[in-house]
Amino acid sequence: MSATSIEAGTAPGDAAPAASAPARSFLVMPSVLVLLVWMIVPLVMTLWFSFRNYNLLDPTTQGFAGINNYAYLVTDPDFWASLRNTLVLLASVLVITVGLGTLLAVLFNQPFPGRNVARVLAISPFFVMPTVAALVWKNLMMHPIYGVLGVVARAFGMQPVDWFSQFPLASVIGIVSWEWLPFALLILLTAVQSLDNEQREAARMDGAGMIAQFFFITLPHLSRAISVVIMIETIFLLSVFAEIFVTTSGGPGNATTNLAFLIYARALLQFDVGGASAGGVVAILLANIVAFFLVRTVARRLET
Amino acid sequence: MATLSLRNVRKAYGPVEVIKGIDLDIDDREFVVFVGPSGCGKSTLLRMIAGLEQITGGDLNIDGKRVNEVGPADRGLAMVFQSYALYPHMTVSENMGFALRLAKVPKAERDTKVKEAARILQLGPYLDRKPKDLSGGQRQRVAIGRAIVRAPKVFLFDEPLSNLDAALRGQTRIEIARLHEELATTMIYVTHDQVEAMTMADKIVVLQAGRVEQVGSPLELYHNPANIFVAGFIGSPRMNVIDATVVSAGGGGVEVRLPSGAQIVVEVAAGAMQPGMPVRLGIRPEAMRIDPSGPIAGEVRLVERLGGLTLLHLGAEGRDDLIVQVEGTSAVEAHQAVRVSADGAACHLFDADGLALPRLARHQLVA
Repeated sequence: MSATSIEAGTAPGDAAPAASAPARSFLVMPSVLVLLVWMIVPLVMTLWFSFRNYNLLDPTTQGFAGINNYAYLVTDPDFWASLRNTLVLLASVLVITVGLGTLLAVLFNQPFPGRNVARVLAISPFFVMPTVAALVWKNLMMHPIYGVLGVVARAFGMQPVDWFSQFPLASVIGIVSWEWLPFALLILLTAVQSLDNEQREAARMDGAGMIAQFFFITLPHLSRAISVVIMIETIFLLSVFAEIFVTTSGGPGNATTNLAFLIYARALLQFDVGGASAGGVVAILLANIVAFFLVRTVARRLET
Repeated sequence: MATLSLRNVRKAYGPVEVIKGIDLDIDDREFVVFVGPSGCGKSTLLRMIAGLEQITGGDLNIDGKRVNEVGPADRGLAMVFQSYALYPHMTVSENMGFALRLAKVPKAERDTKVKEAARILQLGPYLDRKPKDLSGGQRQRVAIGRAIVRAPKVFLFDEPLSNLDAALRGQTRIEIARLHEELATTMIYVTHDQVEAMTMADKIVVLQAGRVEQVGSPLELYHNPANIFVAGFIGSPRMNVIDATVVSAGGGGVEVRLPSGAQIVVEVAAGAMQPGMPVRLGIRPEAMRIDPSGPIAGEVRLVERLGGLTLLHLGAEGRDDLIVQVEGTSAVEAHQAVRVSADGAACHLFDADGLALPRLARHQLVA
């Protein structure tokens, strides 16, 4: 943060007379301090609690726990299941939204009657808040008795599927994908629109059919936008909570418990703040590991 | 080896017709230039030949075969786009070999062809670069290289030089002319720059509002324009046009009276001209000269000194935009009163419909 602020001050063409380096650092110090406190305090507190005995039901248990909180965490099968669920959820939603989003973006770029209305409709799920979306899907779409899917199944004489008990994680993945597909579509559609039409015509002259044009021209052109979509979605998908809380509450068993929900359950259902903090630290590590690889690949993409 | 023929070719977008029936024959190895003002349909016509735009009516034949319904890749043509349209994520050699790759040509053969094209265009050192690392002129050459690699029957150029600076444009123009000689293929070239048209073309097609105004060699168009539009479009500075009235018409030419009362004999075939008919007199700037006993009197409004030439902007005969081109550096100053004369043998006469009267003496270089 401090580095970018200082660089911005020395940008070429800056008309203001340049202050000396120490004076400049002094002047940006307040904002740097605010940002530092903003970031550091919660982080340090989480770290602090993760090494303490801290139970909301029993104020008398106090003192350092050493690495006990972490030891309990990694020996808890729920933890590994939640880690797996987090990554499965992340990967599946990314694949679905980027894959479908790319195809829809190309489709919505073709002229057809009512295209503008269709675009708005396709993008509108993004404006529905996660709790509402999850409730709608749970009660109006996927419910085996009242849900639309159940009605359709019965209309064909089939047994309605009880989605949340038979395919709990897949159901959550479906809901989250439905929410994030419009975002991917929006970003990718603008990227498709920026594709130079003469490039596509040149490819046609070179003998590229629709499919070859898609793979050789459109997809490479979209690669930047796709990496941006992946990066932004990853940040949000690692912390999916409302959809799980509203639909399955992490169940059945631990089938849909992800890391965020596990931490919530530890702290506010089992009142073990120390254990929850240990989970939080793991979440921070996970996010940073993912972010490290992601930011590196995306940055390399954006350079070219 | 390729000949093209267009028979009553039309293009309409809904009720709006933009190409209104074009007949044209293009011989093998000919360099044909389409010129015309913006919106005249020259690019549309080229894109119809390329197959990028559907043909609404008429026949397009390549080597005698009707190709209206043949896809752009199968017509055996290659096109160089105005924006070059290089594929940004591919290297220069991948760009040039893309068509061959799609045609499943083996890699070794592809490389040979790309290398050969790179040699012709002096692109050898840049084969592994991406388009963004090239200069404008190099990108232009890659775009041409992409066309060469396909060994097309006809090259199509859509204003290929308009994104280059003036110096590079002149250089690339020469290079394309050299390429035409070396490759000996038919080329169709669209431009609005008449210098490009005059210098490169074997045959110029002047288009206006979706119609062909005149087809001919550059000098034919310059010396014998078919109508007032072609006369005004070809030649720089523009031809001066003055309203006049026929005084007498005979075998030696037509005598016309200018608004000031001055009279000039223009050496054109009189045809149906009768005394009293309104006509328009066209005089090229270089056909006028300062002459103290000349028939046209006027005032110099502006002097443009180009070094080798001097352009005098003259107010005379009810016009204030007449241009006289003087060799060398003229001593004439702005606001000076001058008299000029016009060479009657080099003047053009247009009837009330804008059609040119045939000139009696044809230029020696114009067959």
